[in-house]
Amino acid sequence: MDFMTPPTWADALAIRAERPDAVPIAGGTDVMVELNFDRRRPGVLLDLTRIGDLTTWAMDGELLRVGAGVSYTRIIEELGDRLPGLAMAARTVGSPQIRNRGTLGGNLGSASPAGDGHPPLLASGAQVELASVRGTRLVPVAEFFTGPKRSVLAPDELIAAVWVRPADGPEQFSKIGTRNAMVIAVSSFSLALHPGRREVGTGIGSAAPTPRRATEAELFAAGQLPWDTLAALEPGVARRFGELVAAAASPIDDVRGTAAYRRHALAVLAQRTLTWAWRDLCG
Amino acid sequence: MRLTCTVNGTTRTADDVWAGESLLYVLRERLGLPGSKNACEQGECGSCTVYLDGTAVCACLVAAGQAAGRDVRTVEGLAPEGELDPVQRAFLQTGAVQCGFCTPGLIVSVHDLLARVPHPSDPEIREALAGNLCRCTGYEKIMDAVRLAAAGGAGS
Ligand SMILES: Cc1cc2nc3c(=O)[nH]c(=O)nc-3n(C[C@H](O)[C@H](O)[C@H](O)COP(=O)(O)OP(=O)(O)OC[C@H]3O[C@@H](n4cnc5c(N)ncnc54)[C@H](O)[C@@H]3O)c2cc1C
Ligand code: FES
Ligand code: FES
Repeated sequence: MDFMTPPTWADALAIRAERPDAVPIAGGTDVMVELNFDRRRPGVLLDLTRIGDLTTWAMDGELLRVGAGVSYTRIIEELGDRLPGLAMAARTVGSPQIRNRGTLGGNLGSASPAGDGHPPLLASGAQVELASVRGTRLVPVAEFFTGPKRSVLAPDELIAAVWVRPADGPEQFSKIGTRNAMVIAVSSFSLALHPGRREVGTGIGSAAPTPRRATEAELFAAGQLPWDTLAALEPGVARRFGELVAAAASPIDDVRGTAAYRRHALAVLAQRTLTWAWRDLCG
Repeated sequence: MRLTCTVNGTTRTADDVWAGESLLYVLRERLGLPGSKNACEQGECGSCTVYLDGTAVCACLVAAGQAAGRDVRTVEGLAPEGELDPVQRAFLQTGAVQCGFCTPGLIVSVHDLLARVPHPSDPEIREALAGNLCRCTGYEKIMDAVRLAAAGGAGS
C-alpha cells in the first residue's frame, strides 16, 4: 500500500486518474475505521489534506462555494450565519474530535443514507462540484446519491466543493437518535423556507436507500403557508406536512429502529421543524 | 515509509511506517509514547485524543502520513518533564481517576476546552467531553475536576 500526498488539486486529479486502486482520505473518520478493522486495503491512500483550495470557502456571485475539505467545526464557526441548517446538522455530528476532523466532502464521499450533512444540502438545493482530469461538472445533491453508500462519483473523479445559496429564510434540522452525542441518526429531517420565492425545501435522512427530498410535502407547504398574512401556522397544515414527509420515505427495519418507527419519527420531526421555522419567520 | 513530525516540541522520526497505520500506532508502538490509549480504534471513546497542529483529534483516525511535518502534542507533552499540568492536578485532587484508561484522552480534551473556553458552563463541559468515554467514574468527579481546573483551584 502506498501513501501519496499531492500538494495541489491538479496533482490529486492526475493520481486519481492513474490509480483506480486509490482511496482518497480527508478527515479519515470513515476511512481509518475501515483500515483499522481490515475492511479495506486500498493500493494507495490519496491524502487530500495538503491541498489548500479544498479547505477554503468563499462567495462567488450569489452562491457560496464550500471546499470539500472544510471541517464540521469550521462550518459551525464560520458559516453558521449563512448556512444555519447545515451548521445545526454539523453540531450533531459525532463529538468535538470527529467534528474537528470530519469534512463535508467525506460525508458525501461515504454517501451514507444517514449522513447528517445531506438533508440540509437537499433542503437548500445545493450542488456538488465534481472534478477529474476530464473536467468539472455540477450535480444537484438530489441527483448525487444512487443507493446506500453509492453516488454518481466516477472512479476518476474527486469531490471539489459544494455550491449553495446562503439561507434566504429560516432553516431547521432535527435528528432522532438514542442519545445526543455520537449517534448515527435513526431518522433526520431538514427544512428550508424561502419566503422571497414562496418555496419550501426538504431533506430526509436515514429513512430511504438514499437521502431524498419530500417533493409533495414541499409543494403542499408552499401552497398552504400564509405567506401574505404571516398568520400562525394551522395545526392541520403542520400535521398534513408531516404525513406527506413520512409518505416520501421508504425506511427499513434495522438495529437502529423499525421502518414504522422511522416513519412516525419523521412525521413528528417534519411537523416540529415547520412549526419552529414558521415561528422564526413570523418573529 | 519514513515519517518525520514534531512530537511534544521535538522532531521525531519513525522508519518502516506502513501507509495504512494510524498516528496512534506510531506514537505508542514506534515512538515509545504510550500515554495516548488505544481502546476502540474507531473514534468512539476519545482515549487516543491528541493535538494535531493545535486541534484536538482522535489519533486512531489520523493516517500516519497525514501527520508528516505536522505538530503533534500528546498528554505526555502538556507539562514539562516531572511536572503536572493544572488539568492533571485537578483530576488527581478530585478523584476523577479510577482505572485511568480514559484519563489521558480526557485530560487532553479538557485542556483543549479550557484553552478555548476558560470558564465553561456545565452543559459546555458535557458537550466538550461527549467524545470521551469513561467506564468507571460515572463522570461526576470528572465534572468536578473540570470545574476545579477552570476555577484555578488546582494550582498553576
Ligand atoms: C465516532 C464517529 C462518529 C460519527 N458520527 C457521525 C454523525 O453523527 N453523523 C455523520 O453524518 N457522520 C458521522 N460519522 C462519519 C464521518 O465522521 C462523516 O461521514 C464525515 O463527514 C467523513 O468525513 P472525513 O473527511 O473524515 O472522510 P474520510 O474518512 O476521509 O472519507 C470518507 C469517504 O469519502 C471519500 N472522500 C473524502 N474526501 C473526498 C473527496 N474530496 N473527493 C472524493 N472522495 C472523497 C473517501 O475516499 C471515503 O470513501 C462518524 C464517524 C465516527 C468515527
Ligand atoms: S481509540 Fe481512538 S477514539 Fe477510541
Ligand atoms: S477511570 Fe476507568 S475508564 Fe475512566
